This record gives sequence, structure tokens and C-alpha cells, in this order.
Amino acid sequence: MIEANALRKTFNKGKVVAVDEVSFSARDGQITGLLGPNGAGKTTTLRMLYTLLKPDSGGIKVDGIDPTAEPLKIKRALGVVPDSRGLYDRLTARENIRYYGRLHGLDRATIDRRIDEFVRVLDMAEFIDRKTDGFSQGQRVKVAIARALIHDPRTVLLDEPSNGLDVMTTRALREFLRQLKSQGRCVVLSTHIMQEVAALCDRIVIIAHGRVAAEGTADELLARSGEKTLEDAFVKLIGSDEGLLA
Amino acid sequence: MMAVYIKELLDNFRDRRVIINTLILGPLMGPVIFAVMISFMTRQATERMEAPLELPVVGAEHAPNLISFLERQGVIITEAPDDPEAAVRQEVEEVILRLGPDFAEAWEAGHPAPVELIADLSLRYSGTTIARVRGYLGAWSGQVSQLRLQLRGVHPDLTRPINVQVTDLSTPESRGGMVLAFLPYFILITVFMGSMHMAIDTTAGERERKSLEPLLINPLPRWQIMAGKLGATTSFALMTLALGLVAFVIAMSYLPVEDMDMALNLDLRVAAWAFLLCAPAALMAAALLTILAAFAKSFREAQSYMGLVILVPMIPSFWILIDPTRTVTWMTMVPLLSQNVLILDLVRGEPMNLAWVGLSLATTGLAALVLAAIAGTLYNRPNLIFTSG
Repeated sequence: MIEANALRKTFNKGKVVAVDEVSFSARDGQITGLLGPNGAGKTTTLRMLYTLLKPDSGGIKVDGIDPTAEPLKIKRALGVVPDSRGLYDRLTARENIRYYGRLHGLDRATIDRRIDEFVRVLDMAEFIDRKTDGFSQGQRVKVAIARALIHDPRTVLLDEPSNGLDVMTTRALREFLRQLKSQGRCVVLSTHIMQEVAALCDRIVIIAHGRVAAEGTADELLARSGEKTLEDAFVKLIGSDEGLLA
Repeated sequence: MMAVYIKELLDNFRDRRVIINTLILGPLMGPVIFAVMISFMTRQATERMEAPLELPVVGAEHAPNLISFLERQGVIITEAPDDPEAAVRQEVEEVILRLGPDFAEAWEAGHPAPVELIADLSLRYSGTTIARVRGYLGAWSGQVSQLRLQLRGVHPDLTRPINVQVTDLSTPESRGGMVLAFLPYFILITVFMGSMHMAIDTTAGERERKSLEPLLINPLPRWQIMAGKLGATTSFALMTLALGLVAFVIAMSYLPVEDMDMALNLDLRVAAWAFLLCAPAALMAAALLTILAAFAKSFREAQSYMGLVILVPMIPSFWILIDPTRTVTWMTMVPLLSQNVLILDLVRGEPMNLAWVGLSLATTGLAALVLAAIAGTLYNRPNLIFTSG
């Protein structure tokens, strides 16, 4: 459960307003999509959620935990797959995942058991013991996901998870995210791809120019805009068609 | 913290380039350069001292006595080229002796007879030869003046009111210490070289492969992540230092030092002391380089900073080389300088002043901890985390 309340973040001493008064909530057992064109402030919003950036004003609560008061506790509650996957090329996939397990303070047996689970669920048997140098985008995302979820977090944040993935891998990824949802987790992902939110998300938060343009289920957004397709609704709600071609 | 430490060591041990550069070439570079340099220097020196001296003479006919004296000393008198100045300038000859027609004239009259040595004193290699020629000329001059005084019934000792005797208290070890004057520099540079790659890889490298952002999302205080990285870098520096010292000990044992009547006081005991003295410097180097590398966006950028930092340990070493002074207490409190002076005392075979060792360890350790603490706060700055924005 995430509650973001009037988040604001500026860069360059206030000259660039990246995120302005963004409020939304994401519930457990649901997939919430942050939809918006490139540069709308999705990544900045997520970075504030996973505490790498401090909001200038506004508040966040994840499962009732305030990140400014208990930054380490909130990090334990979150599993984050950032935009930059950042694997260590000289380590094998297993070692990459194990490293994060150790950083979370998990014991060896738990880590090994969790890795075995991920190998099965994410179909990683083929490359789990290979060095990640030369991995395909799909393999990298799988390792990054396993690494982020090694401590079994209740809340999962993904920044552009399907970036650079082929159709088959994207399908597998969506299937995996639905599993997370059915386990009762709170899943938040950012994307600029319409089809992704339409296929996956229970709730959609449209962000444009650092502000929340609209929030609701797909049906609610259609009803509010009076359009027939989600794409038209999106264009109408953000007031331009920028970013749709990306 | 331990997890970061272990991962960084494992990660870097996988990189063959790092292993070759830091753990093999780094420690070997100093001893090899040093050994080659010293053995070359000693060979050159002995060869120049012992080889027969060939001396071109202009106007030999004006001073037959001098020439025959020189020949009796084993000097081979040769025909001088037509233009002696040009010959020396073009480095065909090192030294040419010129005796003008006024030599005989002045000699007959009892005035000091002019003898001209043509040489380029800025050419260092000719120094030994010039000194030898001067020595022969001085010896002959002394002989003649003694004879002249005796002819006039004067005791030659009258011209020597004092008799200077130097009691040389230098030991073979302390003479060896002169040769080892470069040693502290090589040792300290090894420490910097050893930590350089690791410092870059764990900070700028982490940013370049965009793994820093995911890493910092882990529930670990940031100073602990940095501490793990610093620990790994320091371990690498210490490994390089230990290997370098052992390589030095081995290399020095092959040098022909007995020929030069000196002893190189660099055995494993001295190496262990040097290791102890330089250990805090390793942490200091690791912290300093890590701080610098953390500001760089890429491996390449970091490397360009490092080239300059490598000069830092050179400053005190060269200062000592240019202006050698006695070790005094304040020197042992200046990081990097203290390692220099104390290692020099060590290789001269002087007893270790434990208070000085303590001061050196304490001050360098303190400087290292301050730098490490600064490094620990670096990852609290958002602009050092994100590669873009």
C-alpha cells in the first residue's frame, strides 16, 4: 500500500520542476500503472518512492512507514527494479542475486531457496550460473527482478520494466506481474506504453508535465474523457499527443 | 558491509586486467626499475674508475716531464684532434689537455705554468674522467713542489700547516641507505597504484555500468556501503604493498653490493617494518582516490584525475632527495613525509625510534580516517548517484 501526497521535486535550485503536487495511492493486490510520456516525471516520482530522492515537499507512506523517518525500514518493505538494471558483468546471475540477498541480511539457505524459486518461475535455469556479460535484455531484466525481490517484499516498484524486451519476454513478464498481484502484493510500474497499462493495470495514474492528469480504472478514464479508446482518452487527458509515438 | 567487501574483492579478482596490473606489474615495477638502475650505475662507476684513461693532449712537446709522469701512471696519451673545442662539443672526446707554448716559458721563469682542461662540465658522464685527470695533475703538482722546496732546503711539511683526517663513521648499511634513497618513493607509489584501479572500479565504474542506483536501494546505511568498498580497496593496496616489498627484498639480494663496499639493509624484517609504516598510508591512498573517483562519471574520467594524484607521494620523496636533512620530530607527523624519513632511517640501519613510529602511524591513520569519513558521506549527495539528471 503506497500513499503519495502532494509530492514536489525541483532540480537546479528550483528552476526545473520535475514533479509538482503528485498525489496517488496504490493498493495491495492491485497493479498500478504510472502512465505518461517521456520526461513526464515518472522516474523522479518512483525515485522519491524508493527514497533515493528526497521530495522538496509532500509526504509518502508505504504500508504506513514514513521514508524520511525510517529510510532503512522502507527499503526492506520495497522491491525495486530501476530503469538502469546495472548488473555486475564479471559475476554470474546467481552471484548478482546472492549479493543483494546478503545486503538484505538474509542467510545463505534462504537466499539459495529463493533463487531456486526464481529460476523456476522466471525460467532462468539456462543462464543462472553464467556471467552476466553478454546477457540479452530479457535475461538482464529477469536477473534484475529476481535480485529486487530476493527479500520477498510486499510492495514492488518497476521503472519501465518492458523496455527493450521482445514480445515473448514481455508476455512472460506480464504473467509474472499478475502472479505478484495474485499473491496480494502492491505492484507499481511506470511505462509510456498504452497497451501495457491496458493489458495489465487495475488502476492508472496518468502523469504529464510533472502533474497527475487523471487517475482511476481504465473504464473510469474512458467515462471521464468521453472517448471510446484508451489511447484517445490518454491524448485528451494529457492535452497533447506527445510521447505516444515513442 | 562485509557483503559489499566480499563482493568487490570477488568482482575484481575476476578481472584479469586488474590482477595483472595491480598484483603483478605494480609490485614488480619498482624493484625491477630499481635493480636495473642500481646495477647499471655501479657497473658504470667501476668501469670508468678501472678502465685505462685515454687522454688527448695538445702541445705535449711543451711539457715532456708531465707527459712522462702521466704515462708512468698508466694514462695513454693520444694525438689531439685539430679542433679540440669542437671535438668536446660534439662529444667525440670527454676531456682534452692543452699545453700552450707559454707553458715552458712560465715553467722556466718559476711562475705557475698554465694547463688547460677542455671539457663540458654539464655532461655528467665525463665527471669521473675529469676527476681522474685532475687527480693526476694534482699529484704531479704536489711532487714537483715538494722537490722544489727540498732543493731550497725547506721541509715540505711547512706548507702543510694542518693535516685533515676524516674519520668515516658510515657503515656499509648507511652507505647502502644512500643508494636506497629512492625506496620510499617506490613503496608509496606502489600503494597508490594498488588502490587506484579498485577505487575507480568501485565508484566511477559502478556509476558507469549504472549499478549504483540499484545498489543504494538496498536497506543499508550508505556509509556502510562505502566502508565495504574502501575496505576492499585498502585490502588490495595492502596486498600490492606486501607483494612489492617482498619483490624488493628479492631483487636487492641479487645486486652486486659487496663490490661497492655497502650493504643494502632490506631484509624481511625491514620490509615488515616498512609494511607497518605504510599500512595507514594504504587506507589514506584508498580513501583519497575513492573520493576523487566518486566524482567522476566514467572510468576514463576517473583515470585522468588519477594521473595527477599519483604525483602526490612524489612531493615529499623528491623534497628529501633534493634537500636531505636529519629526521626531526615534526617530519614524523606529516603523512607521506613521515613514511619517507622513517623508511630511510630504517634502511640506513639506524635503531627505530618507536615514538616516531607511533607518531607516524597516528597522524597518517588520523588523516586516513578523516578522508574515509568524507568518503562515507559522498553517497548522500544525489548528484553523485544518478548518471543522468
